[in-house]
Amino acid sequence: MPELGRAALIVCLGLAVYAVAAGSYAAWKRRQRLAESAENAILAAFVAALVASAVLMIALVDKDFSLVYVYEHTSLELPRAYTISAFWGGQEGSLLLWLLILTGFSALAVILGRRSSHSLLAWTVPVLGGVILFFSLLLVAVASPFATQTAAADGLGLNPSLQNPYMLAHPPMLYLGFVGLTIPFAFAMGALLARRSDELWIVVTRRWTLVAWTFLGFGQLLGAHWAYVEVGWGGYFAWDPVENAALMPWLAATAFLHSVMIQEKRGMLKIWNVLLVVGAFALALFGTFLTRSGILSSIHSFTEGSIGPWFLTFIGLVVAGSLALILSRLPLLRSKTRLESPISREATFLYNNLLLVAFCLTILWGVIYPILTEALRGEPVTVGPPYYNFFLNAFGLPLLLLMGIGPLIAWRRASLRGLSRTFAWPLGIALAIGVALVALGAGSSVPGLVGYTFCAFVLSSIGLEFARGTRARQALSGGSWFAAFTELVGRNRRRYGGYIVHASIVLLAIGVIGSSAYDTTREQRLRTGESMRVGDYTLTYRGSTQERGANAMELRALVDVERGGESLGTMQPGKNSYFAEQQVSNEAAIRSDRMSGEDLFLIAEQIGRDQVFLKVLVKPLVNLIWIAGFVFLGGALIALWPDAREQRRLALRYGGREALSRA
Amino acid sequence: MSVELLLGALLAAAAVAFVAVPLLRGGEPPPSEEPAQETLVAAEERDRALAELKELEFDHRTGKITDEDYRALVQPLRRRAASSLANGATLPRGTAEHPSEQHFSEGSASSSRSDR
Repeated sequence: MPELGRAALIVCLGLAVYAVAAGSYAAWKRRQRLAESAENAILAAFVAALVASAVLMIALVDKDFSLVYVYEHTSLELPRAYTISAFWGGQEGSLLLWLLILTGFSALAVILGRRSSHSLLAWTVPVLGGVILFFSLLLVAVASPFATQTAAADGLGLNPSLQNPYMLAHPPMLYLGFVGLTIPFAFAMGALLARRSDELWIVVTRRWTLVAWTFLGFGQLLGAHWAYVEVGWGGYFAWDPVENAALMPWLAATAFLHSVMIQEKRGMLKIWNVLLVVGAFALALFGTFLTRSGILSSIHSFTEGSIGPWFLTFIGLVVAGSLALILSRLPLLRSKTRLESPISREATFLYNNLLLVAFCLTILWGVIYPILTEALRGEPVTVGPPYYNFFLNAFGLPLLLLMGIGPLIAWRRASLRGLSRTFAWPLGIALAIGVALVALGAGSSVPGLVGYTFCAFVLSSIGLEFARGTRARQALSGGSWFAAFTELVGRNRRRYGGYIVHASIVLLAIGVIGSSAYDTTREQRLRTGESMRVGDYTLTYRGSTQERGANAMELRALVDVERGGESLGTMQPGKNSYFAEQQVSNEAAIRSDRMSGEDLFLIAEQIGRDQVFLKVLVKPLVNLIWIAGFVFLGGALIALWPDAREQRRLALRYGGREALSRA
Repeated sequence: MSVELLLGALLAAAAVAFVAVPLLRGGEPPPSEEPAQETLVAAEERDRALAELKELEFDHRTGKITDEDYRALVQPLRRRAASSLANGATLPRGTAEHPSEQHFSEGSASSSRSDR
């Protein structure tokens, strides 16, 4: 079937060229029919990308080794589920996934735009077409997943690290986030090209950014859990360049989601918001470039290829073109209002933005510095965790604090008397918890103690915000507390969904602090029958077993675990030796305590005939990180849930009678 | 010609036909009813003024703003909202909501809470 796949990609490329050319001409000359034709080209491009993707997926499932891509990323013994994840396990397949999601999102943007923001679509369609054109061109001319060869008897297999259930969800989730940022970019550029001075584009852009940001955030947490259970070093985030590549656009999008509220409520920060949209998209492209160009060595950078110069050129064009457009539209973007006070809700949003962008830029510098030094001096330089951790503390702790301060301050300006009233309870609770933590021995880590005290402040501030809002709502409409609470959240889903997301960040921070500032690590060689103590745990080595798995030889050390004289069972850390891939992977054993959120993490570094070299980590509260992921998702869904009243307002404002009848 | 190439050609032909459909309808449709840019900007300004007033009432009711601060802030905002409503009397209605959705505004505007 490779000819059909190639033909579908060529059709997709042709449709993208048409969407750019016909769409631009139609927008310029205000030709409605031609504009609709260009929109149809975007819809048809999605179908073409879908056909190409189906052809590759069928080839993978059928293990058709006449395709180079299938040969290089699967083997006869590879389990069926991982033949699916092999779709995005290599460069060509992941680029095809990019294209599939891009055309899918673009088609959805066109369909939704026809109903609610049709006038914005005119210049948005050519921008979307331009991005589709780039990825189609790459797949047709540079990195085709449909290259063929004489069929081999067996394939080379899939990288063992990718043979994990998380790999079925983590990369697509990240790609949904990366690619999703294209849509806000296209709408922002479309609005500027159309010389629109109204803010319809900001409404559309905000929703799409929230969708992309949710996928990107949850995808990163899935990736962190994958690293934790699969990579087998006991951590979940290592400031790896590819991890940073996903974090940077998320930070830029986070900044945008906050500053866009200032534009909506006060008409300020218009230029800043467009810059953030462009920055988030450019960073998403840069992230894909880092992952797929092979320019950096990373445990996540599974491919090397020749697409680097293409990506750099495209990123350069996107950044230069966007900046030139913003400069040419500056009069449209000037704000009429100014910040009234440095102590106001909008000021805290501004500080939050400055910290987020500063953090994002320091990470970017840490990522590109080794590339630059190698290019200029010829010697690779490594920027390690101490660099990033310094800035995480420098920017992260104030950001955490601002999450608690922001909800307590009124819009426009706040007086000292008002502040003392709203801050009293959260500050009191935070100080009390700080003192209690010192008494419990948490003072062994000062950053940990400060972090936990800040977390207590933020959580109490969020709780108070819900309580005060519910009380105010109940005073007005009567009824039960629960009814008032649901009415409060339902009437302002963005605000209260946002607070729940803030609570998830606090949970994440508690998990990260607990597992990094208060963890215990021990390494020891044990002979059969010997024991070691780590924290409250006693571990006894009982010997080893070896079994043949589906596609690997599985060697396991048997370690009995006790705590306080009570047996907690046998843990089996070990190693898998993959047949086709000729690689060995660490298989860590993890025991989670549901009550305390603590993990006992075992790594069998070496397993001999009658001895094992064990690395043991005790990670307090680490499971709160994964729980935070679900809370994050819940908060984001509440914020994303369509609000009929808002839609009615927007339809009335922007669409006139016609839109109202559609709404 | 192989079946695959035939399917590829069919895909291309279907795409061309789908893209051509709007062009085959003939004639340009009448321009959409969307208001002019200046009108939209004025409507946004009016909605923003009303939303700010509503937000102030909410902040006052939840205790973030003292009575003193509320009195100092509410008058300029009301004047701005009234002025933008007067300017936009002919604009499509946006933020101005159904009376049942104005609890906070009505409740707080008539209330005179004492500082705690």
